[in-house]
Amino acid sequence: MSAAAESVRQSTPVRRRSRRGLVLVGVLALFVVAVIGSLLIGSKPVDPVTAGRALFHPDAGSSESVLMANRLSRTVIGIVIGAVLAAAGAAMQGVTRNPLGDPAILGINSGATCLVVVGIATVGASGAGTYAVWAVIGAALAAVLVYSIASIGRSGATPVKLALVGAAFSAGAMSITNAMILQGQDTLDEFRHWQIGSLSRSTYGDLLSVLPLVVIGVVLTVGLASSINNFALGDDMAQSLGEKVALKRFVIFVGITLLCGAAVALAGPIAFLGLMIPHALRAVLGPDYRWIMPLSLGAGPVILLWADVVGRVLLPPTEIEVGVTMAIVGVPIFIYLIRTRKAVNL
Amino acid sequence: MAMVIALAIGLVGVFAIRVLLGTYTVAIPDFFSILAGHSIPGAAGAKFIVLQDKLPHAVLGTLAGLAFGCSGAIFQLLLRNPLASPDIIGINTSASLGAVVAVSMFGAAGTGMATGGLIGAVACVAVIFGLSAQRESMVGNRFILIGLGISVLAVALTNYLLSRVNIYKAADAAIWLTGSLGSASWQRISVLGLVLVVVLPLIALFSRNLHALEVGDEMASGLGVPVASTRWLYVVLAVLLVAFAVAMTGPITFVAFVSGPIARKCVGGKHSLTASALIGAIIVVLADFVAANLIPGGRLPVGVVTGIVGAPILLWLVAAAQKERS
Repeated sequence: MSAAAESVRQSTPVRRRSRRGLVLVGVLALFVVAVIGSLLIGSKPVDPVTAGRALFHPDAGSSESVLMANRLSRTVIGIVIGAVLAAAGAAMQGVTRNPLGDPAILGINSGATCLVVVGIATVGASGAGTYAVWAVIGAALAAVLVYSIASIGRSGATPVKLALVGAAFSAGAMSITNAMILQGQDTLDEFRHWQIGSLSRSTYGDLLSVLPLVVIGVVLTVGLASSINNFALGDDMAQSLGEKVALKRFVIFVGITLLCGAAVALAGPIAFLGLMIPHALRAVLGPDYRWIMPLSLGAGPVILLWADVVGRVLLPPTEIEVGVTMAIVGVPIFIYLIRTRKAVNL
Repeated sequence: MAMVIALAIGLVGVFAIRVLLGTYTVAIPDFFSILAGHSIPGAAGAKFIVLQDKLPHAVLGTLAGLAFGCSGAIFQLLLRNPLASPDIIGINTSASLGAVVAVSMFGAAGTGMATGGLIGAVACVAVIFGLSAQRESMVGNRFILIGLGISVLAVALTNYLLSRVNIYKAADAAIWLTGSLGSASWQRISVLGLVLVVVLPLIALFSRNLHALEVGDEMASGLGVPVASTRWLYVVLAVLLVAFAVAMTGPITFVAFVSGPIARKCVGGKHSLTASALIGAIIVVLADFVAANLIPGGRLPVGVVTGIVGAPILLWLVAAAQKERS
């Protein structure tokens, strides 16, 4: 018996390390497949050879080259958004010890969306760079309000309280948004398209103007992954391990806010990606955020790009925006998590 | 009890404000002679404005407010969570989805849209129940969280459908989706009034059993209360109230959410369905008065006002409720 225990103890670190290597390779492979899929699959089929030629000769002027340039920009933006949302969700779940962390559930998407509309309506904001400023302010406002209100009381910020306060905040933000867009049909027309998360709206220029936020956000969240590990042990424990809990939590919150704001500015609100990726990675990697955080950057785009592809082929010739397909895919997963997990403290 | 009477008087007061004051004022004697069927000499339009605009707004607002306030308090009591009102856990957003499906797929407007909203609200609760069912009961966080998930999905689908219809229909739907008394008519009032006349007495009839659930299921069944059937009955009644009210006015944000906690503050820490219903009605009528008269000429839907005013109230209530419990 002791021999068996011994062998388990010895093999565990080795096995875990090789397993992590395997997951890393797997995520990278899936990532490549998703990028290829996103480039080749759509309402108009293109064979790989033509696609490759069109991709490398974007100025040929053929219909294929236009199509492929379009798909390429969608794919690039999808990669960024997927990485950003997954990292934001993982950091949120870690730092609040809340398995239901997601920008949509916690009201951050609605806060960002609301402020963007306020920006459009009051000072005529336009372009992703300007949107991003408003979106980050809205995301920060939402994060601070929702988290601090849910923290009041003896039990602290439980997952259910966070989710409920997030939903209430969303409802309030939505009626302010409505008050803005009901002022004119033009605003309504622009906004009703904008409020659906989509990868085909932004250009490379938009992406560049938001990129600094993305980079800082990724550094602040992924770079502090080992602190997130300590947070998982509880604030007291983290403190005794030498963490400056309040400061680190604030810095990670800033990172999450920048990521969410950037994502909303580029693609509009997208739900549930931030929720599901960390859960999937935790299931195969264990609860180590030093692995979960960086791998979420690769795993997020996989799901998001496939969701986008599904949206292209589901109802041809029209396309369904990725914000809609993500919700259709994400809600069953969310409900599955709630039904199976005891840890949600149900 | 004194508080309930005071609230009832308050409701009569805001009702009078809504009907008599505003950009078009009506004198009290004139109001009663219009009700009696006479025209006012020298003000030919007065009869029309009172009977077709001010009075229907006030009456429908009162009825919808009673329904929202009462159903919100029932949900909060049954789910044992001061934040878990029907408008937050997905019923409003599902009603909106139902209405937009009716508009975009069946070309509905007016009554058709209301019917769609009704179906959406009822379907939502059925789905949440089906998915959250477990051996014991519906109590608990699972019900709430599944509702929140459904809500996110409903919002996404609503936005999608809304972006595919033509702009006039979208504008029409957007007003309904915000919650508005603009489509108030005597026909709608009689439908909602009928529902209230049937449902409210039933709610009052078994309210002793409902309040017994507050102390906990085991204690309640020890007192001889049929826990499971009481809970089912009240869920069905509360859903009927909120579904019909939403169908007639659209989802007026936050009324169901804030009425219960405000009522608890008024009557001193206890759940009171009557107080909650009255507060709901006061909120809707007052908010509609502000919405109708705030911007001269422009007519804001009432839901915008309850949403904007309600958000800070809500934050304060949540903070107060959490402190109180700790």
